[in-house]
Amino acid sequence: VANHRFPFLRLLAAAGALVAMTSAARAQDLQLPELMRLLAVQKSARATFVERKSIGLLDKPVDSSGELSFTAPDRLEKRTLSPRPESLVLEGDRLTIETQARKLTISLQSHPEAAAFVESIRGTLAGDLGALEKFYAPELSGRVERWTLQLVPRQPEMLKIVTRIRFEGSQSAVHLIVFEQADGDRSEMQIKPVAVP
Amino acid sequence: MRHARTWVLVGWFIALLFCARVIVQTTFVADLSAFMPKMPTARQQLLVDQLRDGFITRLVMVGIEGGDATQRAQLSQQLAQALRKAPDFLAVQNGDAATRDRDQAYMFGNRYLLSPAVTPERFTAGGLRQAIGESLSALSGNAGMALKQLLPRDPTAETLAILEQFAGESQPATQAGAWASRDGQRAILLLQTRADGADLDAQSAAIEHVRQAFDAIPGRTAATRLVMSGAGVFSVASRARVEHEVMRLGLAGMVLVIALLLPVYRSVGLLLLGLLPVLTGALVGITAVSLGFGQVHGLTLGFGTTLIGEAVDYSIYTFIQHGGGHGSSGFWRTIRLGVMTSVAGFGALLFSGFPGLSQLGLYSISGLVAAALVTRYVLPLLMPAQLRLRDLSGVGRWNRGSSAWAAMRGCCCCCWPAPSPWSRGTTTRSGIASCPRSAPSPARSRSWTPRCEATSARWTCATSPASRRPTSSRRCVAPKRPARSCAASSRVASWAASIRRRPPSPAWTRNAAGRRPCRASRTCAPPSTRRWPACRSVPRNWRGSSPTRRRRDSGRP
Repeated sequence: VANHRFPFLRLLAAAGALVAMTSAARAQDLQLPELMRLLAVQKSARATFVERKSIGLLDKPVDSSGELSFTAPDRLEKRTLSPRPESLVLEGDRLTIETQARKLTISLQSHPEAAAFVESIRGTLAGDLGALEKFYAPELSGRVERWTLQLVPRQPEMLKIVTRIRFEGSQSAVHLIVFEQADGDRSEMQIKPVAVP
Repeated sequence: MRHARTWVLVGWFIALLFCARVIVQTTFVADLSAFMPKMPTARQQLLVDQLRDGFITRLVMVGIEGGDATQRAQLSQQLAQALRKAPDFLAVQNGDAATRDRDQAYMFGNRYLLSPAVTPERFTAGGLRQAIGESLSALSGNAGMALKQLLPRDPTAETLAILEQFAGESQPATQAGAWASRDGQRAILLLQTRADGADLDAQSAAIEHVRQAFDAIPGRTAATRLVMSGAGVFSVASRARVEHEVMRLGLAGMVLVIALLLPVYRSVGLLLLGLLPVLTGALVGITAVSLGFGQVHGLTLGFGTTLIGEAVDYSIYTFIQHGGGHGSSGFWRTIRLGVMTSVAGFGALLFSGFPGLSQLGLYSISGLVAAALVTRYVLPLLMPAQLRLRDLSGVGRWNRGSSAWAAMRGCCCCCWPAPSPWSRGTTTRSGIASCPRSAPSPARSRSWTPRCEATSARWTCATSPASRRPTSSRRCVAPKRPARSCAASSRVASWAASIRRRPPSPAWTRNAAGRRPCRASRTCAPPSTRRWPACRSVPRNWRGSSPTRRRRDSGRP
């Protein structure tokens, strides 16, 4: 009889343990609003980056490197130093691209594709869930020490270019941004935070 | 005699017909190129060409306001669609995707013809290696993912080299697929007219076409409206305004002249007859310029007609002379001298380096000569034998009793701008209102006084007889006014005007009796003719600027 009863208790205990474990695991899982709050706390950040583009047309990837800086709420600067200097400054609605030859300023309002593209980075860094959800369907996994945020474009036009954008990070720091393009090409940007003096 | 008269009239009539025939075939131009140098340098020629048919002069900027952004963009597309069918416009741009794609396809298709980077060296092994290397390194940049599509078909990036020539620092804002103003409150279209910017009629038609096309858009809400700008739009608007002003002022001037001449001539026929010399002069002037230059500039017409307007005086002189029954030999000598001096003056214009000024010279000379000839030979034949002209010399006395004149003078006195010492006593025809009422400050009196003495009859300024005192002791003394100060008799005014033409004489200021010495026969004609005020008409109570009076008036403002 006892034998008959024990397995049941054991099952119960096992189930209880499982529930406990699951809920414990769930407690450790990071939620999207929580991550956004975490990211929003950081008002400014500086980092260096190494970007590697894998293009099907070329037999080896193209590398570039430089500096990134972000100042809340809406200023993002990407300064490429090598192989050729170039700067991209996003401030409010204005995107300024400056190369050695020329300078071009465009309004994001007039260029929705560009807006979608840059908003993915800026929205994430600023912890602006509204801006992200306007263009993307976000999906978060992992714990706070190591999380992964995947963005899938909502607009069909955008989907023809970019199929997925992946962010990896820990706590409030982003370590990796990966753009996966519709034609199979991808670009990976490794980011190393620099302590703000 | 009768024979000669017929021939003169027939000759005149034939000349008029000839002029009319030439004028019908004349081209009238309005662009400023006639006022550019005759032998322009390459740079000037470029400027003239650009002014005439450069892109900017053909550009019409169209804005659509009101409604929301989507409505405006939709109207912009519909308007562009309608205008692209019209022959008036070479290009209609509103930033729509179809046009942009077409332009890009054109650039891409012709990249090796259009690219500034294409040289024979570019297609050597070294050149190609360098060009392709640049393209590859461009892939690492921010635009890399966009440029990679271009790479297989344009490895040396000629398309980018073409586009870089056009790309400015910023691009027009776009809303809902159409260009918008920076503040986003207005949809923008750029039109390029087929006609030259100087062709104002065509510009006007094109602008009207845009308006009609906008009004004809179906389903347009009343909140939306059209605005336009550009060189052509300005030109058409300013021409309309100038025409309106000319019409208004011309009409006012004509009414005034008729109001003045009709009471004198007492005949409408005579009034019209008086215009014959000027009209003939204008016709002959246009004909001469047309034959000499092949075209007539609008400014020539405008300024020239003003210049030969003095020919109106010829007929007035003729009528007055004829009406007065005076002999005409001396009179014609005067007119001839006047015409000759004018011709000599305008003759200088003929040698100007600017075609517009030469036209003006030819127009004025031929017009004046024709007007003088018509006055001399045609007008006397058409004039009635007896003219009953009103005697002008009585105007002074006549208007003194006229309430209308008094009212008008009152108006003049009130409306004239308040005099200031800075006006330096500039005299008006009335010689009353504009003379300073208050004595100028001593600091200014040095520069002010001599002028006042020379030009104004009402204020006599002189150094006191104790004479060589410092400047600050100079005073301006007002002679006592006649009883009706504001509506003072015009006889005083005309007399003042007559002495104004003469320099003040020492005898005049010394005349303690207050009587002006009669010296020039011209100003002191026998009282019977009354063409000029007689000396007797000097107001009795006027004492001149005798030392005693000056002392008494010294405290007067």
